[in-house]
Amino acid sequence: MSLGPERLARHIVGLPKSGIREFFDIVSTRRGVISLAIGEPDFDTPWHIREAAIASLEQGKSHYTGNAGLAELRRAIADYVRDRFGGAYDPMREVLVTVGASEGLDLALRALLNPGDEVLFHEPCFVSYGPEIAMAHGVPVPVETRVEDNFRLSIDALEAKVTPRTRALLVNFPNNPTGAILEPEDVRAIADFAVRHDLILISDEIYAELTWGGKRHTSFAAVPGLKERLVLLNGYSKAWAMTGFRMAWVCAPEWMMDTILKIHQYQIMCAPTPSQYAALEAMRQPAEDMAPMLRAYEMRRNYLRAAFAEAGIPMHNPAGAFYAFPQVGRFGLSSRDFAVRLLDAENVAVVPGSAFGACGEGFVRCSYATGIDQLKEAAARIARFVKTL
Amino acid sequence: MVESLLEILRNNAKESPETMAKMLGVAPEAVSAEIARLEREGVIRGWQAIVNDDLLPKGHVTAVIEVRVTPEREGGFDRIAEQVSRFEEVDAAYLMSGGYDLLLFVSGASLLSVARFVSEKLATIHGVLSTATHFKLKTYKQSGVLMAKPGEDGRLAVTP
Repeated sequence: MSLGPERLARHIVGLPKSGIREFFDIVSTRRGVISLAIGEPDFDTPWHIREAAIASLEQGKSHYTGNAGLAELRRAIADYVRDRFGGAYDPMREVLVTVGASEGLDLALRALLNPGDEVLFHEPCFVSYGPEIAMAHGVPVPVETRVEDNFRLSIDALEAKVTPRTRALLVNFPNNPTGAILEPEDVRAIADFAVRHDLILISDEIYAELTWGGKRHTSFAAVPGLKERLVLLNGYSKAWAMTGFRMAWVCAPEWMMDTILKIHQYQIMCAPTPSQYAALEAMRQPAEDMAPMLRAYEMRRNYLRAAFAEAGIPMHNPAGAFYAFPQVGRFGLSSRDFAVRLLDAENVAVVPGSAFGACGEGFVRCSYATGIDQLKEAAARIARFVKTL
Repeated sequence: MVESLLEILRNNAKESPETMAKMLGVAPEAVSAEIARLEREGVIRGWQAIVNDDLLPKGHVTAVIEVRVTPEREGGFDRIAEQVSRFEEVDAAYLMSGGYDLLLFVSGASLLSVARFVSEKLATIHGVLSTATHFKLKTYKQSGVLMAKPGEDGRLAVTP
């Protein structure tokens, strides 16, 4: 057998390249771009958290921790999940510290899927969901969410795609890229659907703290009786602005966690120790740390909504995360062409909605994890640009 | 709305009412009216630039002075504190707990002029027991603003 693509793993080679990656290559050739294309906080990690990471290194805490993570960190996570979201987890048996929520998702899928098992997930969505399912030898089955429903996940759409081979449902609210959230009745209906079809529910709640207009996140962890079929993913990246620390957690019932932990232990050993000490510090005063960032995000979101409305760009109400998902289809360009021409004409980067699934066509994602001055300038340029179309 | 409005103004006092209105989800007139109210009620006491004196060509001296005073039977520290605050050399004055009573932020054109203020005006006030003067060498942060130039945005331009 010669050396070439045929020697590579077929289920990986066949995966599409990320549309984000392609757009990044275009953007990175240019200078002075105002980027609304960044999916991470513009805030630096609160200083006391960074300082705790430094101190841990000074104290020589540079060794492995237990596979599942520091016991005191797992206790703090269990307390936070209970107090903030209403989920009861045993820190020693049902909580695992992971390298990003992406690792948690990968672990859950690999622990749960056998080749050919189908997994429902909704689009538009984070770019890795489909590929992650495929890499775990599952069959990704996308379910559309629609702007008419404020991008909430409808039970009818789910019922249309469920088959006897369906094993799991993966959801992400507040949502990247649409900014959609679920109402409490949606959460109950989706949980009922999972029970009715005997599915495992994997809920990526990484944006749980970021909800606007007085809304509070309803976690699947709070649904009575769901715990035994729920994998709860969350972490420090968004709410604490700790993306580079790669700190997250999985909460899952004991029957699943043994297997999830087995994969983690063989492939990762443990999450990086200084990051774990930083995360432990982050648990000391979460509300205080987040408050100024959350206030800033909400005001920027309000600004962007008003600015787009003024410019005649239709948009649903983004009630969570730090993304706006305006509808640009009416300007007669594909979302990719819109993004490329906006970049050419005004040096503003947004992400084509098609990067997040076929039904993202006709939209672009604008992150407002950027300072208000930059945001003002970007909104003014976008308004000027759409007038030329 | 007051808290959010003040937060915007603390970050940028020159933010336009139109922008603030969008950020707060209210009408521009409502923002202007609210600011006028806060000024009238004395919550907003003034509008100042945050200046990094270290970058000015002409020398400018700032000192922090700890002052111990004898409290008076009527009014405690207030009379002396107000008397001291009236000197134009005094930028800020606080009553403190701990080893001394008043903390003053004083500025002047030269070391000598500050020294003269302390020895001739401050120390001679009846009731002032002692002073300890510390001169500022360099400013790192002022009014919540870091004086170092902000670094580049360290993030990648496009991320999922």
